[in-house]
Amino acid sequence: MSLNPSPEETPGLRRRFIISSIIVAGVFCILALRLWFLQILGTDYYRDLSERNRIRYVAIQAPRGAVFDRNGILLVDNRPAFTVSALRQEVQDRKQLFANLSKLLDIDEAVLDERWQKSQSLPRYRPLPLVEDVGRQAMEMVQENSIDLPGILVEVKPLRSYPFGDMAAHLFGYLGEVTEDELKQSEFSGYRSGEMVGKTALERAYENRLQGTAGQKRIEVNVRGRELRQVTTRVPLPGQQVYLTIDSALQQAAEKALADNAGAIVALDVNSGEVLALVSRPSFDPAWFARGITSEEWRDLSNNSQHPMTNKALRGQYPPGSTFKMVVALAALESGKITPATKVYCSGSLKLSRSYEFRCWKKEGHGSVDLHKAIKESCDVWFYQVGLETGIDQIASVAQRLGLGAPTGFPLGSERSGLIPTREWKKKRFGTSWYDGETVISSIGQGFVLTTPMQLATMAATLANGGTVWRPQVVKKIIDLEGNTEWLFEPEKLSETAWSPKHLMPIKNAMEAVVNDVGGTAWRSRLEKIRFAGKTGTAQVVRKKAEDEEDVEEEETPYQYRDHALFVSYAPAENPQIAVAVVVEHGGHGSSAAAPIAKAMYEAYFAGKTGEKEVARLFPAED
Amino acid sequence: MFDRRLITHFNWVYLLLVLLISLIGIANMYSATSSWTAAAQPVYLKQFYWVGIGVVIVAVVCLFDYRHLEYLSIPLYGGNLLLLIVVLAFGRTSMGATRWIGLAGVNVQPSEIMKIVIIIILARYFSEKASLRGFSLRELIMPGLILGIPALLIMKQPDLGTALLILCIGGTMALFAGVRRSAFIFLGISGLAAFCGGWFLLHDYQKQRILTFLNPERDPLGAGYHIIQSKIAVGSGGFNGLGFMKGTQSQLSFLPERHTDFAFSVFAEEWGLIGCLLLLAFYCLVVLWGLHIALRSNDRFGMYLAIGVCAMLFWHIVVNLGMVIGLLPVVGVPLPLFSYGGTSMVTTMTGVGLLLNVGMRRFMF
Repeated sequence: MSLNPSPEETPGLRRRFIISSIIVAGVFCILALRLWFLQILGTDYYRDLSERNRIRYVAIQAPRGAVFDRNGILLVDNRPAFTVSALRQEVQDRKQLFANLSKLLDIDEAVLDERWQKSQSLPRYRPLPLVEDVGRQAMEMVQENSIDLPGILVEVKPLRSYPFGDMAAHLFGYLGEVTEDELKQSEFSGYRSGEMVGKTALERAYENRLQGTAGQKRIEVNVRGRELRQVTTRVPLPGQQVYLTIDSALQQAAEKALADNAGAIVALDVNSGEVLALVSRPSFDPAWFARGITSEEWRDLSNNSQHPMTNKALRGQYPPGSTFKMVVALAALESGKITPATKVYCSGSLKLSRSYEFRCWKKEGHGSVDLHKAIKESCDVWFYQVGLETGIDQIASVAQRLGLGAPTGFPLGSERSGLIPTREWKKKRFGTSWYDGETVISSIGQGFVLTTPMQLATMAATLANGGTVWRPQVVKKIIDLEGNTEWLFEPEKLSETAWSPKHLMPIKNAMEAVVNDVGGTAWRSRLEKIRFAGKTGTAQVVRKKAEDEEDVEEEETPYQYRDHALFVSYAPAENPQIAVAVVVEHGGHGSSAAAPIAKAMYEAYFAGKTGEKEVARLFPAED
Repeated sequence: MFDRRLITHFNWVYLLLVLLISLIGIANMYSATSSWTAAAQPVYLKQFYWVGIGVVIVAVVCLFDYRHLEYLSIPLYGGNLLLLIVVLAFGRTSMGATRWIGLAGVNVQPSEIMKIVIIIILARYFSEKASLRGFSLRELIMPGLILGIPALLIMKQPDLGTALLILCIGGTMALFAGVRRSAFIFLGISGLAAFCGGWFLLHDYQKQRILTFLNPERDPLGAGYHIIQSKIAVGSGGFNGLGFMKGTQSQLSFLPERHTDFAFSVFAEEWGLIGCLLLLAFYCLVVLWGLHIALRSNDRFGMYLAIGVCAMLFWHIVVNLGMVIGLLPVVGVPLPLFSYGGTSMVTTMTGVGLLLNVGMRRFMF
C-alpha cells in the first residue's frame, strides 16, 4: 500500500483541496445568484408568463335584445340552443368518435369531418362546433352516451327565436357571422370573427343596442388546453329591448289576407307616421339565418323569381296606376284649371292626335264625368284631359308634397326613391323634351311614374291627415336592462302643405264613395261598421296592345305579364287614424285583389280598437 | 475480519444527509406527478424503492475494503469497455440512441457504470503516477486514452451528455492530480479547436439544443420550450414559493419532464428561493464533505477515488441545475438523488458508498 504522507500533511495537496472547495462553493454561489435573479428580480415577470400559460379568456355570447310589438307582444326572442362541439385535445380516435356521433345524431360523417377541417384555426381551448342547434332530445342523447364520445361536449348558446315564424321577417332582418370587411370598420371594433351580427333591417340598424355585452369566462387550462376550472365569470348582459310601432294583430291579418300572393302592404298611423304593419311577400324564415343558413337554403332563396329577400314595401317600385289619380286631381284643383264640377265627356278613349288614342279602362265610356265620378269609377279619360290641362310639372309638385318621388325616410334598410317625372328630369335623363302623350299616361300613374308601397301609404296618410308628411318610423321605444327608457318615439314632420279644404274635401269624399257607394270600384270591399276611403289601382306591367286586351282574359295571361293590383286607403273616412297601401304583384285588378286585403286589415284593426274601448268602459278612469 | 472501528468511523450523518435529499426528492415527485391518472404504481413509490435499493448498495459497497478495487480496476475497466462495444453492436434503441443492453434479465446502461469505473481506474493511475510537479503533455497521453476511448464509444451511442460528464469527471481528477501550465494551455486551446470542429459532427438535435440554449425564444414551442417553461416555473416561485402541490406550471403540466430532469423546477416553483437555497446548501455540503473525506483519506488511491466521486456529484448537480435555471444548455442529465430514475440512483449511491468506504477506512492499513 501507499506509504505517502496523508494529503492533510502534504502542503501542495492541501492547497489544492482549499482551492477546490473554494471553486465548488463559488459555483454554488453562482447558482444561488442566478436563483435570486430569477426568483426575486423576475418574480412578477415570470408569474405573468405563468398566468398567461394557464389562464384563457373565453367570451360568453350575450342574448340579443328582445323585440316587442306596440302592445308588448313578444315578436323576437332568444332561446337556448345546444351545439355539439369537440375539444380537439381530448379527441384521440377521431374516426371512431365521428362514427359514434354520426350514428347517434344521424348526421353524415363527412359533414363532421368537413366542420373539423374547416375550424382548425380555432384556438385549442375553444370548443370546435360540429353540429349546431341539435334540439333537446339529441342533446340528451349525446350527454347520456358521453362515455362513447370522449372529447365531445354540448354547449348552450342563446339563439334568436321567432314566435311568429316568418311574420314581419323583412322588418326584423336577419343575422349572420361578422365578415372580415365589417371587422375592419370602427363600428365593429369590439367584435371577434365568428360572432353573429345584424345584417339587415332592424337587427342591422339597431345592432349596437340589440347586441348586448358579451360576458367573459376566465378559465384555467392545462397544457393540453383542457378547461380545469372557471376562475371568474363576468355575466353577459342582454341587449336592450326594442318596442316596435307594429301592431302584431294587424300584421298577422295583413299577412293572412295577402296569403300566397307576392306583394307588399304598409299600414301607417296617419297622425304620427308610425308603421303599424309592414308586409313583404314571399318572405324568408329568419330562424334559418340565426342558426346559420345552409348553402342550399341560401341558393333557394336567392334564385326564387319572386325575390323573397327583397323588402318590397321599401324596394319594390311599381307604377301606381289609378292610385295616382288623387295626385292629378289635387294638382288640377290647386292650379285652378278646373273645379270639382268640371265635366269631361268620356267616350271610352281620348284621341290626342291621329295616331295616338288613349283608352279608358271602360270601353263603352263613362259619359259625362265630374271629379267625384272620375275618382269613384276611376274614369281614365277625365284624368287624361285634366292632366293635360294641368301639366306634368304641376302634377309632380303635388306628388312630391304628398311624399312621392323621394325616399320616405323610413329608418330601416335601404329604400328606393320611386320616380315622379318632370320635364327637366326627362331632358336630363334622355335629352329629349316632354311629350303630351307622356302627361296623359302619367295622369293614370303609368309611364315613367314609379312608387313604392311605403310611398303610397305615406300619400294616403297625407291625404287623410290634411297635408302633413310624417316620417314613417317603426321603433316605439327602447328600454334598457334597468327598465329605463333609452329612446322614445317622437313623430317627425317631414313637410306640411296646407291644402285648401275646397280642394281636398272633394277628393276625399270621392275616395269614400269608391268604397261605400254603389258603383265605386271597391264597393264590394266595404265594411258595415267602419266607413273607410280608398282608391283602387291596376298597374300594367307591360304595355298591352289594344288587340290583345280585347280577347285575352286576365286568368289566361302568363303570371309575369299580369297586372299589379293596388289599393291605397285610410280609415275611418271621417276621422282618419290609419292608412293602408296594398300592392299585389300580378294580382290582376285592384278592386278584386287588393281592396279586400285592406278590408280584412281594417276589420282586424278596429276589432282590436273597439275591444280596447270595451275594456276602458269596464274600468273607467278615476277622474 | 470485521472491525468494530468500521462502525464507529462510518459517517452516519453523511448518509442521513443523502437520504434527506432523497426524501425531499420523493415528496417533490409526489407533487410533480399528482396530476397523473392513477398508474399501477405511483412514481414516487417506485423512487422510494430505489432509495431503499440505494441504501443496500451503499451497505454492499462499504462491506469490502475499497483498496481491493485498485487491482480490480483493470478488469473492471476492460469489462466495461467490452459492454460499451456490445451496446453499440446489439443494444436496445430508444429515442434515437442505443444505450441499453439486457444483462441477466436486468436492463443495464454500461455508460452509466463507466462513470464509476473511470473514477476507479483513474484513481489507480493518478495515485501511482502523480507527483507535485504535475503531468506534462506526454504523461497525459495515457490517462487521456483511458478517458477518451470510453468517451468516444459513448458519444457514438450517441449520448453526448454522459460522454461530456465522463470527460469532466476525468478532467477534474487530472487537474487535481496536477497538470503543468504548458500542457494546460495546450489542452485548453486544442479543446476549443475541437469544439469548433466538433460542431460539424454534432447531431441536429444537439446543435438545436445549443442554439436554443443561446436563444430559447428562437423556438418557443419546440426545442426552446423546456428552458422557457422551466424558467417560468423557477421564476414564478418567488421568495416563498407557491406552496406544496400548488405550482401551476407543474400541476397543469406546462413543465415537461417534471419528475425527471426538471424535478428541481417543480421544487423551485413550489418552495421558492428559501427552499432552493436550502437544497443548494445540502448539495454543496454533500460535495464539500466529500472533498473533506478525500483530504483525510490515508492513501492516494482513496483520495483520488473520493475526488472522483465528488467530481461526479458536482458535475451532475451543476449541469442539471444550470440547465433548469437557464445557465447551461438542455443536456439530459438528472439531478442526483432528486430526479426519478433507478439508474441515476444506483450510480449516485455507488459513489456515495465509495466515499463512505474511503472515509470509514482512513485509520486502517
